[in-house]
Amino acid sequence: MTERTIPTNPSPLWLAYTALCRIGAICTVELQKLRHDRTELITRAVQPTLWLLVFGQVFTQIRAIPTGSTPYLDFLAPGILAQSALFIAIFYGIQIIWERDSGMLAKLMVTPTPRVALVAAKAFAAGIRAVVQAIAVMIVAAILGVHLDTAPARLVGTVIALILGSAFFCCLSITIAGLVLSRDRLMGIGQAITMPLFFASNALYPVQLMPGWLQVINRINPLSYEVDALRGLLVNTPAALGFDFLVLVLASAAMISVAAALLPRLTVG
Amino acid sequence: MSAMPAVRCTGLSRRFGDTLAVDNLDLEIVQGEIFGLLGPNGAGKTTTIRMITTLLPPPRGTIEVFGADVAARRMAVRRLIGYVPQQLSVEATLTGRENVWLFAKLYDVPRLTRVRRVNEVLAGVGLAEVADRLAKTYSGGMIRRLELAQALVSTPRLLVLDEPTVGLDPVARDDVWERIEQIRADSGMTVLVTTHLMQEADERCDRVALMHRGRIQALGTPAQLRGNLGDGATLDDVFRAYTGDELADTGSIRDVRSARRTARRLS
Ligand SMILES: Nc1ncnc2c1ncn2[C@@H]1O[C@H](COP(=O)(O)OP(=O)(O)O)[C@@H](O)[C@H]1O
Ligand SMILES: [Mg+2]
Repeated sequence: MTERTIPTNPSPLWLAYTALCRIGAICTVELQKLRHDRTELITRAVQPTLWLLVFGQVFTQIRAIPTGSTPYLDFLAPGILAQSALFIAIFYGIQIIWERDSGMLAKLMVTPTPRVALVAAKAFAAGIRAVVQAIAVMIVAAILGVHLDTAPARLVGTVIALILGSAFFCCLSITIAGLVLSRDRLMGIGQAITMPLFFASNALYPVQLMPGWLQVINRINPLSYEVDALRGLLVNTPAALGFDFLVLVLASAAMISVAAALLPRLTVG
Repeated sequence: MSAMPAVRCTGLSRRFGDTLAVDNLDLEIVQGEIFGLLGPNGAGKTTTIRMITTLLPPPRGTIEVFGADVAARRMAVRRLIGYVPQQLSVEATLTGRENVWLFAKLYDVPRLTRVRRVNEVLAGVGLAEVADRLAKTYSGGMIRRLELAQALVSTPRLLVLDEPTVGLDPVARDDVWERIEQIRADSGMTVLVTTHLMQEADERCDRVALMHRGRIQALGTPAQLRGNLGDGATLDDVFRAYTGDELADTGSIRDVRSARRTARRLS
């Protein structure tokens, strides 16, 4: 058997290359899983469809939420897209506890994969799943008459925004998993934070309609930046795209680092 | 011939709350042997394995794997090890082949040889025919063999198996052991395996260590250990002689629960 030479102190370049390989591998596996289990794609599309159908139609009818020249359904669709990505991403933290209990996480952690690469790979896998899910939701939205701008550059931007947003929330969930260590507690906290994150964002109503305190929360909620970007890209509302992406990149990078630092707690405990 | 041991642990200790799971353990595993770490549930086998495989940082003591210090050269050590944990753990919604492919990627098996290598290990554990079925359709014994393939795809120098036969029926158990012996015969790989079944260790291991309450109570070839007690003695008798303990009655609720969980996932 041949000895392979391994750097004792991996250089940042080696780390980046390894991280890219691992992200590629784990994202490929994510797509393979989706291919084998297509029903999940359908079941997960039900809830966003209901939101668009019920909430969207009702609030369009009663004109309770003024959204200027944009029809309410158009305004709502990117918010629902972000919501479905959020739910998927939060679920990933719960899944990592399941992988801890099943021994899968230990197997992954014994491979020559830096922690941060492992977490980043999970984060992007969540992103990939969110993007595939988003395609389903966008088709539903188009059928319901939402005017989506599908210029290629805008779609690329949409994919990036969804991946970054999902990476952030996936790692937020892994971070909480690393803190509470038990599945039951994480499920509770996961449920307790996803709805507030959603309602305290601009997903359902314009910022201008919010009371002052909610506007403050909205400002520090990464979901709002994701929604703002998606809305600007897909339905052409005025958006601070550059700033949105800057916030999303920084927030997800920070969250990946925090989650990676807490990951060993899961297998030590 | 190198005199360098495959694994050398010195003064290894690990505490969980009030439990001293591993207590000042010294251990040397010779290259190319099948080494059995034996003991009842709760003896500290898994904790020892988790420290050797870099999963747990040892608070006290040192571990070397083929001369490389585990604490200082974690990444290098991980490339030398193939690991199968106690619980059955594969991705149920992937095929057998995809499960192995993932580990080929995670261990940087070169692209040119990757497909061949994946096929080779799948054939080696007798899963070539069912490689494209989803792992959730596999029996417990097949899942264990799939995990062996995952651990072997990187051609490790040390294969670490934590209770590889737990929860399997006798036929599947024999099958897994025969694969392990075949792998060793073909590659000269060092194998570290834990079990709480004295009988199978007696039949399959070159050397065994009897572990109890975090300490190694006796070490040698199964024949040596039995020989000390006289004719007709089994390793079970040896264990009793060293510890004064019945095998079945030790272990905490935690261990029992995890064993049950494994058994349930199998059925
Ligand atoms: N993560 C943990 N937290 C608390 N106690 C633990 C943990 N892991 C192991 N232990 C305890 O340490 C002892 C040794 O456990 P373990 O190494 O799993 O034994 P074995 O693998 O031989 O059954 C047991 O008493 C067990 O309950
Ligand atoms: Mg154990």
